[in-house]
Amino acid sequence: MIDIWEGLQAAFWLVVTFDAELWAISLRSLQVSLSAVVVASLIAIPFGTFLAVQRFRYRRLAISIMNALMGLPPVVVGLMLYILLSRSGPFGVLGLLFTPTAMIIAQVIIITPLIASIAHQAMRELWAEYHDLLISLHTTKWQRIRTLIWDGRRNLLTASLAGFGRAIGEVGAIMIVGGNIDNATRVLTTAIALETGKGDFALALGLGFVLIGLALAVNIAIHWLSRTEREGRW
Amino acid sequence: MRHLISLVLTGFLAMPLAADEIRLAVTTSFENSGLADVLLPAIKADTGIEVQLLVVGTGQALRLGEAGDVDAILVHSKAAEEAFVSDGYGTHRRKIMFNDFVLIGPADDPSAIADADSAVDAMRRIAEQGGPFVSRGDDSGTHKAELQLWAAAGLPVDGFGPSYLSVGAGMGAALNTASGINAYILADRASWLNFGNKGDLALLFAGDPALFNQYAYLPVNPEKHPSVRNDLALQLEDWLTGETAAELINGYEINGEALFVFNAQP
Amino acid sequence: MSNLFPLTMTDCVVRRQGKTVLGPVSLTVDQGGPTIIIGPNGSGKTTLLRVMHGIERLSAGAADWAQNDQGRQAYVFQSPIVLRRSVADNLRYPLQLIGVAKAEIEVAATAWLDRIGLSDIRNTRASRLSGGERQKLAIARALIRDPDVLFLDEPCANLDGHATREIEALLQETAAAGTRIIMSTHDMGQARRLAQDVIFMIAGKVHEKGAASDVLATPGTPELQAFLNGDIVT
Repeated sequence: MIDIWEGLQAAFWLVVTFDAELWAISLRSLQVSLSAVVVASLIAIPFGTFLAVQRFRYRRLAISIMNALMGLPPVVVGLMLYILLSRSGPFGVLGLLFTPTAMIIAQVIIITPLIASIAHQAMRELWAEYHDLLISLHTTKWQRIRTLIWDGRRNLLTASLAGFGRAIGEVGAIMIVGGNIDNATRVLTTAIALETGKGDFALALGLGFVLIGLALAVNIAIHWLSRTEREGRW
Repeated sequence: MRHLISLVLTGFLAMPLAADEIRLAVTTSFENSGLADVLLPAIKADTGIEVQLLVVGTGQALRLGEAGDVDAILVHSKAAEEAFVSDGYGTHRRKIMFNDFVLIGPADDPSAIADADSAVDAMRRIAEQGGPFVSRGDDSGTHKAELQLWAAAGLPVDGFGPSYLSVGAGMGAALNTASGINAYILADRASWLNFGNKGDLALLFAGDPALFNQYAYLPVNPEKHPSVRNDLALQLEDWLTGETAAELINGYEINGEALFVFNAQP
Repeated sequence: MSNLFPLTMTDCVVRRQGKTVLGPVSLTVDQGGPTIIIGPNGSGKTTLLRVMHGIERLSAGAADWAQNDQGRQAYVFQSPIVLRRSVADNLRYPLQLIGVAKAEIEVAATAWLDRIGLSDIRNTRASRLSGGERQKLAIARALIRDPDVLFLDEPCANLDGHATREIEALLQETAAAGTRIIMSTHDMGQARRLAQDVIFMIAGKVHEKGAASDVLATPGTPELQAFLNGDIVT
């Protein structure tokens, strides 16, 4: 139990002393995960909505695959991406391995199914509500998708935030494709793994608390931003 | 929200390696020693090279080198290193320094390995008394050294039963496990000295030459992978085998104990 | 502008899960009206309206307008569907879909807000409206594209007398302005007040139809007589 107390103390001192390395690592964590969330949302939200709106032959199969992909072990994603991005792999010439870009790609792969699945769930409910009206108004498929995305934006925000939560806490994949290189690809989670490995539990826990705080701050900030819209609640 | 998105996206549109960055795969034991924190700034100051360390197990370090994903490797597993060179993945193997492995165990030492005559004798005593013993089990240099000791003692590892725990993890994680269950473990001295969660463990046996642990530097063969920075790798090798490196490596201490002995041939 | 009418329905049948919910129905709907569809619960009034509007899949038969232009039809559902938007945005939506210029949209929305008495709460979320306000909004949203025909499915079910009166007045104005009204109702008083002609349905079939003055005064079948008397008819 003393470790947790020491961890809290470590977190406190890291934050109040504006530890330069901590700031760099935290900022990189944020940049990587927010980028991944933006990219993944741009893919997952229209896709999840499309699945809710469009009936097609392999729709059920597509939904099953999407839900199954939510359980992809990050380490496997990392390993497959490593093989693809390695110098001796098919995309080696891009030189992306051990860069933040590779980490973003890994996180996009991990969180896209999650965001798409939650988005699909939310959009399915909204579509049930809107279905008759939108059919009656003679909307095109694209108009339906746009309407659902716009009117369901709060639920979609929740989906994206769930993706963010998974991304910023992820370590298995980015450890492999990022390499945990100091000053280049080290983020909070890989730093925590490193400090744990050194047996410095206090510092590891301190970083963990910073990570939790960061995730909380992002959630609160985004909810607050969306709340500032007039009459934010439904 | 839009500002946030554009801010985030501009972050990583183009991040190729800058001109003088070299990727060096090193073992966890090297990184855990803390020596890198001393060497890297000096390398940067003297040569302008920014060394990006990939801290992995020896097995993964060799794989990264084979794939051309790093420019050089610094590891400690002689047989694997020689195979790496003879298979053409590395241009050559250059000894840099050595440190030593130490036997760690419960402070009350139920196997009495502190009185052992040799490392092999210590291993035998642990086996007779029945452990428990934590093994890295990750095909790392330390793991291979441990297996060699068991083999030299004439003890088959697979006959040990449940008191032999192969954790398949890095040095730190394995030490954490040993600390958690008060087990014996073979560790490199540097990792042990820097380890923060010692608990009831203590250093019980060291000093046998059989425990010496040679680090070697292997540039990745540019003929296999034209993209590697062989020029920087050779420049780094010059520095690592030079006088500044010798001073820094020999002078590096933790709690007043020297860790490494520089032994590069000029 | 060419004429939508007549609507010709030939042997229209709708089956759901093996059960016939409508038909066979053969019917011609020409200009005139308002037409009021009456009949007991489950007699197929809603399905008939949906078939006419073209939002119900036919199991057999055909329903064809002289000109197939769903954009000139509008439909008000029994429980009003409001978009998760403000009152004004609900009114703007059908016009935005067809690319009407912004200034024009504002003029139309403002006029309709005045007309249905919701100007003061134009920026309120539509989901916060009372039942009567929602229904007025739904009707205004249906009328804002100035359709040639307006379908309403029991628009005054569950509304109080005040709201019912307002809506009936609105519908009478609409009919006077030349929009063809076809609606179902439970309320015989409402049928008498609004109907030019009447369609009486039982068990998915058109049982009797004709001018309101004839049919409601002198029912041609014992079933309609019983229904008008308030007896249970199946």
